[in-house]
Amino acid sequence: MSKLRIIGLIALVVAFAAFPQVFSNPAVITIAIFTLLYATATTGWNIFSGYTGYIALGHAAFFGVGSYAIALMCLDWHIPGGYIPFLLVPVAGLIAALFAIPIGWISLRTRKHTFVVITIAIFFIMQPMAFNLRSITNGSTGLSLPIPSDWNRGFFNYPFYYAALVMLILAVGVSWWIRNSKYGLGLLAIRDDEDRALGLGVRTGPSKLIAFVISAFFVGMVGALHAYYQESIYPAFAFDPLFDIALALMGFLGGMGTLSGPILGALILEPTQRYFTMQFSSNGYYLIIYGALFLAIILLLPEGIVPTLNKYWGKWKATRHAGGPAEIIEVDTPIGAEGKQSKEGAKP
Amino acid sequence: MKLIVEAVITGILTGGTYALMASGLTLVFGVMDIINVGQGALVILGAYLSYLLQRNFHIDLFAGLLITMPSMFILGVLLELALIRPLKRDRTTLSILVTFGIALIIEGILGALFSNNIVQLHAWYVDSTFQVGDYYLAYIYIFGFALSVALLVGLYLLLYRTKFGYSLLASMQNRTAAELIGIDVERVSAITFGIGVALAGAGGMVYGATYAFNPGSLYDLISRLLVIIILGGMGSLRGALIASLGMLVIEDVTTVVWSPVWASTVFFLLLIVFMVVRPRGLFGKLEARKQ
Repeated sequence: MSKLRIIGLIALVVAFAAFPQVFSNPAVITIAIFTLLYATATTGWNIFSGYTGYIALGHAAFFGVGSYAIALMCLDWHIPGGYIPFLLVPVAGLIAALFAIPIGWISLRTRKHTFVVITIAIFFIMQPMAFNLRSITNGSTGLSLPIPSDWNRGFFNYPFYYAALVMLILAVGVSWWIRNSKYGLGLLAIRDDEDRALGLGVRTGPSKLIAFVISAFFVGMVGALHAYYQESIYPAFAFDPLFDIALALMGFLGGMGTLSGPILGALILEPTQRYFTMQFSSNGYYLIIYGALFLAIILLLPEGIVPTLNKYWGKWKATRHAGGPAEIIEVDTPIGAEGKQSKEGAKP
Repeated sequence: MKLIVEAVITGILTGGTYALMASGLTLVFGVMDIINVGQGALVILGAYLSYLLQRNFHIDLFAGLLITMPSMFILGVLLELALIRPLKRDRTTLSILVTFGIALIIEGILGALFSNNIVQLHAWYVDSTFQVGDYYLAYIYIFGFALSVALLVGLYLLLYRTKFGYSLLASMQNRTAAELIGIDVERVSAITFGIGVALAGAGGMVYGATYAFNPGSLYDLISRLLVIIILGGMGSLRGALIASLGMLVIEDVTTVVWSPVWASTVFFLLLIVFMVVRPRGLFGKLEARKQ
């Protein structure tokens, strides 16, 4: 890492940390909190789906498990509102990760196409369970979490903002570490050609499962913090199919398998989505716009922003150095762009 | 015991409808290697089209199919041309996302047009019943099953007795080889997608007559359809038929023996068992490397 990049990174973290101090409007900070949460979830999702190429469309199940886990822990142990529930957020993440082990083990027995379908199916079967297991989840009445009553309205958002920021930094750190480790190379090899990776000695089965569990851990933590922030959970919101879509959409918009792509995707999409929800609160129109946006992104920018920019950046550099169009431009494969990227570095 | 026999009968009869919807889904996967997650939404769209025709023009549900099925077919071809064909790389994955997007848009439009109130299709054969042994069954179950059988036989004849069917089967077996022997695979794909959507439309009519529905019903539907085609083996028509009948019978029997609340959870348990014992489903092909 060059000195310039370290300085840039620190500046970025400082900017994120200073954000709520500069914009003190609670509505703005609320949107910022949701954006950070989605950025964390998408980064976590990307550790599995982006690196291995297995698109999971059922991570809302882990979001839901995380939400219910923290709510149940707070209720059973009579934990008052305040800072203590924040400590339970990683525990809730661990519980979601535990859930992910059998689910991942079962669903990863299939290859890519069937896998996607199974994750969707598993999500749709977890959702009714939240409704039906009344003795645990309290059915459609939902559960309520402790409310930090001694925080006044002006202060309320800050702990959540910084907790979300810490989670995001942790997720990006893990993602970065995996990306640059031998283990991460194995995951990328699975994405490029699973059988060849297996032949070359990558233990594909355990590698995929570990990545799946790690991603579920982060998504579960996001679910927990989200639940604490919202103060109550209902099955329909804890297990929301739109959450699955949001993760995939943000990942695809930013660039799958890149470090900064998921964050960029969340930074662009989450505020936009909040805006649309506020503008077109009648549910139908909001869905139409969201679906259309989704189609537009996938059809127009299937590789995502970061890989596309990298491609142009590489092209520009090549032409500048050679004084004319060079042959290195042949990076048309989405995978080819990745190899370059780890060297040139994605801006986190 | 009598209750169980009844549950088996209803399971088989409703299973026919699911077979119709699932066969469209599995056919499209077999030919095009894409998973149409929007199938649930298209079924609901078909149900609403029948509802619209009946409410505004007083057209009988079954007669209405003469209008809805061709229009759904055209819609399917257009969707394929506009949204699926442009996907050049990573088709399977991207197609899932694209069809999910289509489902969201359809749900949004239906919600805006018809609101989220629950509706059900009505006709004399929906509301009147006849006696089997000592239990009553609405005529629609029989009529719907007959329709499913007729359409599936039609599909069978189309696939195994016509030139188009042969080119479709060839495209299913090996896309590249089919192209090499001069089959216009792109055209076959568009038509196949249209057929899948048209079948969804027909299934939607029966679904709408047997269950009450609203735009949100698509999530319940698509999860069942996906489980069915996984259990049957992706791309296998035979598997889709057997899995639909089997699953619906099991679900209805669970409803009677245990509780309706847990009926859909049985789907989940069966899925798990299958994934552990036989990940490729009943008649699925092994997913080997494709090169």
